[in-house]
Amino acid sequence: MTTHPATGEALHTVSVVVNGGLRTAQVPARRLLSDFLRHDLGLTGTHVGCEHGVCGACTVLVDGAPMRSCLMFAVSAEGHEITTVEGLAARSGAAEGDLGPVQQAFIDSHGLQCGFCTPGFLTTVTAYLESNPDPTPDEAREAISGNLCRCTGYQNIVTAVCRAAELIEERGI
Amino acid sequence: MTTKLFGAPITRREDPRLVSGNGKYLDDLGAGALAAAFVRSPYAHARIVDIDVSGALDVEGVVAIYTHEDLDGAVADRLPLLIPHPALTAPMVAYPLAPTHVKHVGEPVVMVVAADRYVAEDACGRIRVDYEQLPPVVGVEAARAATHLVHEEAPGNVAAHLVQEVGDARAAVAAAPHRLELDLFIDRSASMPMEGKGVLAQWNADDQMMRIYSSTQTATGVRASVAAKLGLPLAKVECIAPDIGGGFGAKIMHPWAEEVLVPWAARRLNRDVKWVEDRREHFISSTHERSQVQHVEVGFDDDGRVLGLDVTFWHDNGAYTPYGIIVPIITSTQLLGPYKPGAYRVEFFSLYTTTVIVTPYRGAGRPQGVYAMERTMDAIADYLGKDRADVRSANFILPEEMPYDHGLLFQDGRPYKYDSGDFPGSLAKLKALVGWDEWADYRAAAEAEGRRVGLGIGCYVEGTGVGPYEGGHVQVETSGRVNVATGLTTQGQGHQTAFAQIVADELGVPIDDVYVTTGDTRKMAYAVGTFASRAAVVSGNAVALAARAVRAKALRLAANALEVDEADLEIVDGIVRVVGSPESAIPLGTLSVLSNPLRYAFDEAAKAATQFAGAADFSKPPVADDEEPGLEGRDFFSPTQSTFANGMHAAIVETDPVTAEITILRYCVIHDCGNLINPMIVEGQVHGGVGQGVGGALYERMVYDDAGQLLNASFMDFLMPYASEVPHVETDHLMTPSPLNPLGVKGAGEAGCIPVTAVIASAIEDAEGFPIRSMPISPVELWELRRRHAAGELPSLRRHTAATS
Ligand code: FES
Ligand code: FES
Repeated sequence: MTTHPATGEALHTVSVVVNGGLRTAQVPARRLLSDFLRHDLGLTGTHVGCEHGVCGACTVLVDGAPMRSCLMFAVSAEGHEITTVEGLAARSGAAEGDLGPVQQAFIDSHGLQCGFCTPGFLTTVTAYLESNPDPTPDEAREAISGNLCRCTGYQNIVTAVCRAAELIEERGI
Repeated sequence: MTTKLFGAPITRREDPRLVSGNGKYLDDLGAGALAAAFVRSPYAHARIVDIDVSGALDVEGVVAIYTHEDLDGAVADRLPLLIPHPALTAPMVAYPLAPTHVKHVGEPVVMVVAADRYVAEDACGRIRVDYEQLPPVVGVEAARAATHLVHEEAPGNVAAHLVQEVGDARAAVAAAPHRLELDLFIDRSASMPMEGKGVLAQWNADDQMMRIYSSTQTATGVRASVAAKLGLPLAKVECIAPDIGGGFGAKIMHPWAEEVLVPWAARRLNRDVKWVEDRREHFISSTHERSQVQHVEVGFDDDGRVLGLDVTFWHDNGAYTPYGIIVPIITSTQLLGPYKPGAYRVEFFSLYTTTVIVTPYRGAGRPQGVYAMERTMDAIADYLGKDRADVRSANFILPEEMPYDHGLLFQDGRPYKYDSGDFPGSLAKLKALVGWDEWADYRAAAEAEGRRVGLGIGCYVEGTGVGPYEGGHVQVETSGRVNVATGLTTQGQGHQTAFAQIVADELGVPIDDVYVTTGDTRKMAYAVGTFASRAAVVSGNAVALAARAVRAKALRLAANALEVDEADLEIVDGIVRVVGSPESAIPLGTLSVLSNPLRYAFDEAAKAATQFAGAADFSKPPVADDEEPGLEGRDFFSPTQSTFANGMHAAIVETDPVTAEITILRYCVIHDCGNLINPMIVEGQVHGGVGQGVGGALYERMVYDDAGQLLNASFMDFLMPYASEVPHVETDHLMTPSPLNPLGVKGAGEAGCIPVTAVIASAIEDAEGFPIRSMPISPVELWELRRRHAAGELPSLRRHTAATS
């Protein structure tokens, strides 16, 4: 078994499909998925706000379902498919360089201020709208009620969820 | 004609980057840097007997372990007292690493630097610190009792004591036809940005240069304070505030111990070192705010006019006072809100406790002051059996009385003088928005359904845009790209958009050509920071002035090149042209070329600018005596005083008759912050502030036990509101321009959160019929108040007695 050159920790090989591409890395067993994505793969768009599963900033899609990457070990992601905020545009079928509908809706509705919580909302909302394409504002509010945002007071995020549903409909995704 | 961007609700220029995962927050930087972690005190008050690091030395991956004894130079001294004040007679500031004593749970004692954070924490776990526990001092009452002292140097645990008085308030209260006394309490909360603090230091040994990235609200402050601590010339230190995941005040405090220690270690180890605060660290070793015990004595006439107001309050400042006594000073002045009492006396004691330090959190002492004043207004109305809005009206400063000087000194040491505002106008709008005059019907309809509802109101005035100054630098490149720099930092306020709107208008260029940099001491070395709702006011005007300077220069150059009079020129879409004959025109990019005569041609633009290009008047130097090369300008805005924004909120709440659950049914906001640069952004600030205010009113508090342990130091137990707890916010605006600055703007950053605690208390009191004097309030506490009320321990409101009897 290989060991980490600086820390001497035993390393395990992890292979995951991230944003459509196979990524393989050697990580200690205790490496959090959030750290793996951010620091081993350099996908720093996934943010860490609490590291205890409450804020939702670290939410990524694992096989299409929202998961808190701070509550998963990288080794438990072995063989799974992960979408991070960096992969949302491509996942939505947007042309290279364009934004996905949920991303665009957050811009249109001023659904972000500092942007730190935003990747977690974007992934959560993406998955939500796939199964609930036409939410009412109350349902939209309910859908985002597991993610913390300290900046926006949520109002424009609720608007953004409804706007995203419209954009998805318009784009025929 | 270019469309005016000032005042337009355009979407934000920073957003495409942030929604794509391309933001660069502190922990996204410095791949490969060593990681720092800290051993922090587990006790609220203790003497350090011994530190044994031997168990950690052989942890593989550990690079260095430091205790106070390892620190050298000024780093071994106490951290600076940032804002001294004559009334702060016993200031106490911590050391970066505690040498002999710890004064709160979370105080840093040992620093570990290792290959990564996991290993650094492994090592922290193996370090043994022996403590001799000393008596904790928790809460205002314990601090006042002073049975135990936090610091020997602060007798009675008093850090500061200040009295301000206008007129003889005590005599006025005594002589008034009616008198009331109120005792009020408000508990601790915190800024709690989603991104904690963090610092990355890169020491360049070749250049002997220190580059610091910090998640800070003041890059210039961190730069100067770290340079001083490390004994480096200012010229050898630069500080950059990257994307920041919220601040709300916590990050204006500086330098944090970590901001000094991480660069110190980076230089010593000649390696990049990074520390990223985790959530528990943020709870126990950053900063809190709000806790105050307040006593109000008020005398008033039959109309509810306040003749004398005498307020005493006790402010819990935590273990140290590095940021001075800004918070209680703001409470003591901003308490007055839109009102003009006949005479006013305020006295406060700022007290040490063995808990996390207290520094400004969004609102910064105002929520407490507004809570005191607005509870008083409601009490007066109830006593007289008058409408609560009418009593407020009777006390308003009127538009024709502006500017209005209260005769007090504000937080900046300057006169507390309101510049403008239309309080009766704001109240009229609020009453219309919430349906004030139809309230009796609303309540009757609800009561008929067996529901219990209440209407609450709260008014405030917020001093914004405090000095001393900010600067703006605007530069047009030969491509036509416009670079704008201002030194204060951004934590989500959309400065890259709002400042670009200002510059695009002033200069006459498309906004897509404008690029704004904030919080980078390499681009603007003179700056103060982002706090006190000051960015739009101070930096906004600074960039406007700088853009005007560039515009003037562009017109000068163009008039010369086109051989016309400057007065005949206009700038549209980045092109200077003769009014009425647009074919006679020259782009700003070309003027940038002309402004910078060169010896060397390295591209097309430069070719056009070599000293050998075109005809020259050999009697003149290539750059005129009173000009500088380059199409750029710099200016500063330094206001004479703060500009005062105001607002009025109303809420309708429902309280469950059985469970005492509290639900906000409607939340209405009237907000007046002068001219709006971008209404969408201002509205977003208001929403966010209300969200935080709701947290402070109903859910958030720091729960310390008697031993000084913070029992709820996680997001699991400290209840920040989710979307399910924050009501839909209905807003309307007044725009009373500030006469104090060229753009006529006032600040908006903190406004939303200021009156929420007062408004919710007012609404719950109205629903329940007995006084609410302690906030935040949970269903359990409300249930307990009901029990005490039923047992006759709490009086009924008079109007409630009258209405129900
Ligand atoms: S960081 Fe994972 S839920 Fe907060
Ligand atoms: S936008 Fe800052 S935390 Fe949500």
